[in-house]
Amino acid sequence: MGITERGFWTLVHGMCFGGLFLLAGSGALVELKRFASSSPPRFLRNYLGVMALLAWAAVLTGAYVIYPWYRAGAPAGASLAGFPQRLLLSQPSTAGWHSIGMEWKEHVAWFAPMAITMAWAVVGVYGEALARMTTLRRTILGFVAAAVLAAAIAGFFGAMLSKNAPVQGGRSVVLAMGGR
Amino acid sequence: MATPSSNGPGAAALLATGLAAFALPGVAMLADRVHAVARWMTFYRPTGPLSGVSTSVIVLWLAAWRLLHWRWRQREVNLAAVSAAAFALLLLGFLFTFPPLADLI
Repeated sequence: MGITERGFWTLVHGMCFGGLFLLAGSGALVELKRFASSSPPRFLRNYLGVMALLAWAAVLTGAYVIYPWYRAGAPAGASLAGFPQRLLLSQPSTAGWHSIGMEWKEHVAWFAPMAITMAWAVVGVYGEALARMTTLRRTILGFVAAAVLAAAIAGFFGAMLSKNAPVQGGRSVVLAMGGR
Repeated sequence: MATPSSNGPGAAALLATGLAAFALPGVAMLADRVHAVARWMTFYRPTGPLSGVSTSVIVLWLAAWRLLHWRWRQREVNLAAVSAAAFALLLLGFLFTFPPLADLI
């Protein structure tokens, strides 16, 4: 049971960072919604802090580790299998996954870390006082919802891009040896 | 850290984030349509203009946050108006990152 080095990094980016961020999103929304009667704000602040770390890790690995492999130009005569962007653009039936999917994903994803970092900072600064600041709390809730939506868009297109033109290559990483 | 007595710091954080969300598609569109901007925004060649677009917007976000925080740190601002403006900017940012809509401009 193995995986290529590039496949491994897409797994870390999408499943570990992006996936965990999305899983945590509903918890953050619920905690913010029932803030007045919930557990101490320190828990929510730490929760949002972890989400912010996950979001920054997801966008940074996406932009600086995986995206260069995705957008690399193919040498003349090379098989397009190792050049996902070129492979998608080579067929009208798949070009939209790049021109709409990747173009949207690569920009909208940055909303998530910025919005969650802002929410973490505001919860950290105001603490329990946020329970009385309804407008501020509701707007923070809206920004957190927008961050989760941005991550969901990025995650959806990331999964679909991987199905149509996976980022593969590099060394093989053996995860486990199977039996006969 | 002592809890601020005013809503200014919270408003500053919201508006700066809204501004950054609105600026992101604008900078991305500029880099997409003007070759010189794309070249200038290529901070890291393997990532291309996305490296400069995202980094510039993050710098803008932090600078706007710091500036607004400094101006509003002890002020009571109209939070409903600031929240509405921040959310409207976020919504516009969302819409204009969607390529078919951005292409209409």
